Amino acid sequence: MGINATLFVTFMKISGFTLGGGMAMVPMMQAEVVDHHKWLSQEEFMDILAVSQATPGIFAVDMASHIGYKLNGIRGGIIAALGNIVPSLVIILLIAIFFTTFNDNYWIEAIFKGIRPAVVALIAAPVFSMARRANINRHNVILPIASALLIWLFGVSPLWIIVGAALGGYCYGLYLKKGGKK
Amino acid sequence: MIFLRLFLTFSKIGLFNFGGGYAMLSFIQNEVVVKNNWLNNAEFTDIVAISQMTPGPIGINAATYTGYTAVVNDAAMQSLCIAHPSLICLLGILGAIVATLSVVWLPFIVMILVSKAILKHKDSIVTHSIFGTLRPAIVGLLASAVLVLLCNINYCQLHHFFSAAYNYGINSATFGSLAQSKVQFFLSIGIFVSILVGTIRCRWNLIYAILGSGIVGGIVYGVFGF
Repeated sequence: MGINATLFVTFMKISGFTLGGGMAMVPMMQAEVVDHHKWLSQEEFMDILAVSQATPGIFAVDMASHIGYKLNGIRGGIIAALGNIVPSLVIILLIAIFFTTFNDNYWIEAIFKGIRPAVVALIAAPVFSMARRANINRHNVILPIASALLIWLFGVSPLWIIVGAALGGYCYGLYLKKGGKK
Repeated sequence: MIFLRLFLTFSKIGLFNFGGGYAMLSFIQNEVVVKNNWLNNAEFTDIVAISQMTPGPIGINAATYTGYTAVVNDAAMQSLCIAHPSLICLLGILGAIVATLSVVWLPFIVMILVSKAILKHKDSIVTHSIFGTLRPAIVGLLASAVLVLLCNINYCQLHHFFSAAYNYGINSATFGSLAQSKVQFFLSIGIFVSILVGTIRCRWNLIYAILGSGIVGGIVYGVFGF
C-alpha cells in the first residue's frame, strides 16, 4: 500500500474503534502511530497532543492532520483527516436514516455497560507510558500533579493548562537563549 | 438557504471550539437548538447518547446528525421534493457531508500552519523548552480525563468521597451505581482492573479489549438480564 492509502486506512481504524470521543482516541492512536507504524516518537506524540488541544477544532482530527502533513504534505494531511471522519459520518448517517430508536435498544445498552469501564482503563494505560517518557523529575513533578488536580477537582479548562505550561516554557527558553545557565 | 446556513454555522462551531469533546457540546447546543431550531432539546440529548455509543469524535457525530436532520426537516427542501419523496434522503446526506466538512476545514488550515511552524523550529532552544514543560503537563491532562471518568466529584464534594450517597466516589455513569446493581458495579471494576493490567503488562490488543468487554456486557446484562 502507498503512504496515502496506509494513512487513510490507519486513521479510519483509529476512529472506527474509538468509542466516546475525546481522549478515548489517544490509546488507539498511540498504538497505531507510535508503536505500530513508528511515524512519531513517544515525545513527538505528546507534543502534538498538546498542540492539538490548544488549537481550534476536534482534537483527534487535528492530530490526524498534523501526522498526515508530516508524512506526506498537505495531501497527506487531508487524507488522514478524512480517514478520521469517514467512519463516524457513515455510521451516524445510517443511524439517522434507518435507526432512530438506536439509543433505546436493549442489546446496545447491555453491550455498552460492559464497554464503558474498559474505555476508562484504555485511557489510563497511556498515562503510564507517557509519564515514563515525559522526563518527569523532582523539579517538575508538580506540573502533572497540579494540572490533573486543577482540571479534575476545580474544573479548569485543559486549554488554560496548556497555554500556561507553554508560556512558562517559552519564558524559560528565552532565558536560556539569553545565556542563562544551561 | 439551508446548506449555506449549515456551512456558516458549523464553520463557526469548528473555529471556536477548543479542546473538543464535551466542551464543544454546549456551544453546538446553543447554535443548533436555540439559535437555528434545527433540533429540539430531546433530539439533541439523543445525539449526545448516540455519540457516546458510536465510534469517532463527538463533534463529527453531532455535525453529521444535525446536517442530515436539518435538511430533512427544512420546509423549502420538503416542498422541492414533493414529486420525488426519496430525493429528500439524498439531500439530507448532502447536508450531513456539508455540515461535517464545515466543522473541520478552518481548524485544518490552522493546524497545517502550526505544523509547518513546529517542523521548521523543532531544533531551537525555545521550542525544546516549551515542549519540555508541556509534556509533563500533558501527562496530567490525560490523567485528569481518567480521574473524571473514574470519580466525578469536585473540590467541595471531597468529604463525600466514601459515602454511599456519592456511590463511594465512583462515577455511576461509567461504573454503574452500587445501590442499583451490585453486579454491574463490581463487574465494572473487574473489567476496569483486568483491562488496565492486561494492556499494560500483557500488551493486549485494544480492539480485542473493546470487543471482549462488549461481549461480556452483552452476555451478563443482555442474555442474563442482570
